[in-house]
Amino acid sequence: MSESDAVNASRRKFVTATAAAVGAVMGTVVGVPALGYLASPALEAGGTDAWVPLGKLDSFPVAVPTPFSFTRSRVNGWDKSTRSYTVYVLRDEAGVKVLSSRCTHLSCQVTWQADQNAFTCPCHDAKFGAQGEVLHGPPPKPLDTYETKIEDGTLLIRVVEA
Amino acid sequence: MASKWISRLDERTGIVGVYKTVFDRKIPKVNWWFTLGSASLFLFSVQVVTGILLSVYYVPSPDHAYDSVQYIMTGVQFGWLIRGIHHWAASLMVLVVFLHMLRVFFYGAYKYPREITWVTGVVLLLATLGMGFTGYLLPWNQKAYWATTVGTSIAGTVPGIGDFILRALRGGTDLSAVTLTRFFAAHVWMLPLVILTVIGIHLYLVIRNGISAVPKDHE
Repeated sequence: MSESDAVNASRRKFVTATAAAVGAVMGTVVGVPALGYLASPALEAGGTDAWVPLGKLDSFPVAVPTPFSFTRSRVNGWDKSTRSYTVYVLRDEAGVKVLSSRCTHLSCQVTWQADQNAFTCPCHDAKFGAQGEVLHGPPPKPLDTYETKIEDGTLLIRVVEA
Repeated sequence: MASKWISRLDERTGIVGVYKTVFDRKIPKVNWWFTLGSASLFLFSVQVVTGILLSVYYVPSPDHAYDSVQYIMTGVQFGWLIRGIHHWAASLMVLVVFLHMLRVFFYGAYKYPREITWVTGVVLLLATLGMGFTGYLLPWNQKAYWATTVGTSIAGTVPGIGDFILRALRGGTDLSAVTLTRFFAAHVWMLPLVILTVIGIHLYLVIRNGISAVPKDHE
């Protein structure tokens, strides 16, 4: 091997090593952010956990389940959507109870029927009592209740969305 | 150890021969202007990778295109980086491909036996400009909308068939949702397929014919 061949060989080695190093750096600089980019929605906490005011507690009648409806908007990526809620406020001497209007069987909407003194579900003929207890039909458990608190006479419920 | 595995692989695939043909080619003494073709190929690869990533979140509909781009910029981790690279590499690619064409032209490298390489190169240059033109509309912001209005209007000034070209580009008389989806289809399916195919032919010819030397004085 002549001297110039040796120089060429070491030069070739240097160029190869440099190209590999630069390529590795560029691959990392783009590759790591690319993984974060793809995983981004999965890494976000997602969901909401909010206290929603329903109005002055005094304004709700005593001993009669009273419906209250509201909508919550949410942003998922570029998509903005709203979700409607109907809850029943039951106020009595013991305090206040806020019931979800979703049937615990298959999530149909239950409504308070004053003449039957029960919540009835249109889907499978289920009935719940004023406190949400199951009276009739397939539901496996009583109506869900919301966590409540009262601030300055205003009733708030905790709405948690997955 | 590694060489043993390489020789085993080569025995079954001929991979070493392919590597030597592609990378260990004999080349004349050349200068840095001869790297522009490789630079173009590199930028195209960057555009393919970042473009595929952008398509994960981008929506080609007037209702969502702008919002989805905003989401990429502000909501997705490193979205600003991926879109930024796609944006700047796009401009750089047009520049580099054009300089590559000038290098080949001024060194007379398009002459026998490399005429077909030149012709495929012209197709690649035009397809690159087409990528720039179609990609510019996709963010669906004011600049995109009006630039495409002007660009398609210019195409519409062709005598005789201008009106047809205008309607074909826009998918109707006006810029609309139809324009956005056909530009999207051109940008992510048609033109990339053309570019990939023609790059294959271009590279085959470069490897087969070898590259031309820098012309000497009085040549």
